[in-house]
Amino acid sequence: MFDNFINLYHGFAIASDPFNILLMAVGILLGVIIGVLPGLGGANGVAILLPLTFSMSPTSAIILLTCIYWGALFGGAITSVLFNIPGEPWSVATTFDGHPMARNGKAGEALTAAFTSSFVGAFVAVIMITLIAPLVARFALQFGPAEKFAVYFLAFASFVGMSKEPPAKTIVSMMIGFALAAVGLDMVTGQLRLTFGSEELLNGFDFLIAVIGLFGIGEILLTMEEGLEFRGKAAKIDPKVVLKTWATLPRYWATSLRSCIIGCWMGITPAGATPASFMAYGIAKRVSKNGKNFGNGEIEGVIAPETAAHAAGTSAMLPMLALGVPGSPTAAVLLGGLLIWGLQPGPMLFVEQSEFVWGLIASMYLGNVVGLLLVLTTVPLFASILRIPFSIIAPVILVICAIGAYTVNNNVFDVLMMMVFGVLGYLLKKTSYPLAPLVLAIVLGDSAEEAFRQSLLGSGGSLGVFFSNPLVSTIMVLGLVAGLWPLISNAIGRFRVAQPA
Amino acid sequence: MNIFNAFGLGAITALGITAMSLQPAAAWEPTKPVEFIVPAGTGGGADQMARTLQGIIAKHSLMSTQLVVINKSGGAGGEGFLDVKNSKANPHKIVITLSNLFTTPLATGIPFNWKDLTPVAMLALDEFVLWVNAEKPYKTAQEYVTAIKAAPDGTFKMGGTGSKQEDQIITVAFEKAIGKKLTYIPYKGGGEVAVQLVGGHVDSTVNNPIEAVSQWRGDKVRPLCVFDDKTLPYTDKILGDLSWSSVPTCKSAGVDVEYLMLRGIFMPPGVSAEQVAYFVDLFKKVRETPEWQQLMKDGAFNPTFMAGPEFVSWLEGSEKNHKALMQEAGFIAGN
Repeated sequence: MFDNFINLYHGFAIASDPFNILLMAVGILLGVIIGVLPGLGGANGVAILLPLTFSMSPTSAIILLTCIYWGALFGGAITSVLFNIPGEPWSVATTFDGHPMARNGKAGEALTAAFTSSFVGAFVAVIMITLIAPLVARFALQFGPAEKFAVYFLAFASFVGMSKEPPAKTIVSMMIGFALAAVGLDMVTGQLRLTFGSEELLNGFDFLIAVIGLFGIGEILLTMEEGLEFRGKAAKIDPKVVLKTWATLPRYWATSLRSCIIGCWMGITPAGATPASFMAYGIAKRVSKNGKNFGNGEIEGVIAPETAAHAAGTSAMLPMLALGVPGSPTAAVLLGGLLIWGLQPGPMLFVEQSEFVWGLIASMYLGNVVGLLLVLTTVPLFASILRIPFSIIAPVILVICAIGAYTVNNNVFDVLMMMVFGVLGYLLKKTSYPLAPLVLAIVLGDSAEEAFRQSLLGSGGSLGVFFSNPLVSTIMVLGLVAGLWPLISNAIGRFRVAQPA
Repeated sequence: MNIFNAFGLGAITALGITAMSLQPAAAWEPTKPVEFIVPAGTGGGADQMARTLQGIIAKHSLMSTQLVVINKSGGAGGEGFLDVKNSKANPHKIVITLSNLFTTPLATGIPFNWKDLTPVAMLALDEFVLWVNAEKPYKTAQEYVTAIKAAPDGTFKMGGTGSKQEDQIITVAFEKAIGKKLTYIPYKGGGEVAVQLVGGHVDSTVNNPIEAVSQWRGDKVRPLCVFDDKTLPYTDKILGDLSWSSVPTCKSAGVDVEYLMLRGIFMPPGVSAEQVAYFVDLFKKVRETPEWQQLMKDGAFNPTFMAGPEFVSWLEGSEKNHKALMQEAGFIAGN
């Protein structure tokens, strides 16, 4: 471990080269823009800029690209809080309380909390990478299809069990999501499903289109119905908002710590940032003493998902470097970059290219500090957008949404689908079906199904594979408890009532 | 936000300007950015090759306009191929292919055939290698085959990329050659397959060299044989004294299976001969660059180049081959 510190020290010397610091700032700024524009996304942004880096040294190149990634992670929170449009999949859970906070005139607080939590999550994850990188890589190897399915199962189950809405409505909403996720190519049999001979449906329903429609367009429709203005009072712009919010944050250390652990764990097990953010939110809601107020603008509801998403996003870099398995689409593009620069990700990378690896890890420390400073200065700027009259900002949002939906696949049909999802989102909200389980199912439905069927292929159809070793059994039992929690707590409650009588 | 937007656009425009430079006059030249369709997801083999090509072309200013990589992976790549098929006579669009050029229309019934496109050139052929976990006792393909034969059908698990595509086709051919069934488990990408092998979740894989080479160097996996008629020419040491050239052919190990995957370029239907010639010439220049040669070496590719009638007759033979293999395996779509 001591070697790690010496290596890290050398890494800092490389990363703090003025040119590299400049690249960090440029990368973060570009990343924030990419994160703000829904649909463009971190993966696309990195892919577009990848050719620019071919003339740089690999270390400088990866610093630029990873900083774009950090920037996108930061930026995703901005539109979630201000307009209820998650710029990135992992920001969906941030909208649940971040947007209500903005409507209550607390946009500045919500943004500060989001950025700061992101930073904390990322920082803890980098420390973990520094200390136990080789151990973590070995742990990730234990994840076969059964273990992966167990993690997804836990994410779904904790949502059903922890939801504030009636479980039946949560399940209905989740099932719609699964049905939508099933459209397109079935990876296991190689057959097309539910495409009805339509070329447009070959690709299935992209998560981003669904989210932009359900949240962004749905929100605009709701607001229009309620009279063409932002609900709640306009934010007062106070440059000191950052410091004031900071003063309140240490109170939530338990939530932060828990979310860091969830995030690191989900990032390593390559489940990724999106389920991490949902799970952290769900658990915070259940555990926090303010849990009842979640969904109405509780600052803890912003801290939990943002911390977890960043911890996961950062720790997902580790399996990529050590095993060559990308933990996210952005990591996949970065992986392509590594190969082009002549670096082979894998077990030997830490040994043969230690200068590159530790330069990168050092840049994670520095990049996140630079990122935090940069984005915090923009808080008052972004918060002031809410002072613009709704009748002006709504068409702008609509156009940004449409561009975002188009950019995902360069397809006009997607813009149409976005509108359909918008109406669906409006109807579901009106009938008070929760949107989050639907979104979670669209994002993870495919992967969960795949992992489930791969496990059964391997076990010859026996469900015993999900309880075949201590790791997978533990996760499955946790999932079952989480999913059946309403029944369990009900039973305990009755038992308690029955006892005295 | 507007200021940031302008900044972003500026950066992209700057990229465009660096990519622009004067070219010797040719009969036809692109007049606007050329779309480079990848009928597969980001990060896979085809995507990596496309992005490397994009980088090489930009770095050496081989084209007067930009080359823009676009992934259209829906329906096992069917989305990308249909897009090119429907862009009749558009010379500003090219597509890179993998074996899904043949397998996707056969397996899914998506209305498309390679004859709907204009063949440009074969850039290289990708090899396939039989891999096992390095901790397993099998040192040679014979030892592994003996172990499979000694166990009941379906005991051994073969991991591969996708379903009814190249990896599964090779697996079926392998099963036929040894007369025993394996359990095929499909995964999304080659990198994931390699890691599942390292983690011991499958018994063997047929990864491309580039997908598994880093695990080999780390002594986590062991190559048993290559599915080609001759051993690979690359002699750079990878693990100890071993190099790609020390991996025997599967045929020599008694498993008579050969399979190579096309990495080729196609254009939409109805483009002129001059336009095709421009791109043939472009990719010939790419092949001269040191970056391309490095890629060929890193990925142990078979660097065969073909264009014109020679390429077309290769395609015809390969299509017949795929049809026969897939018919036998029962992979052809029902309609």
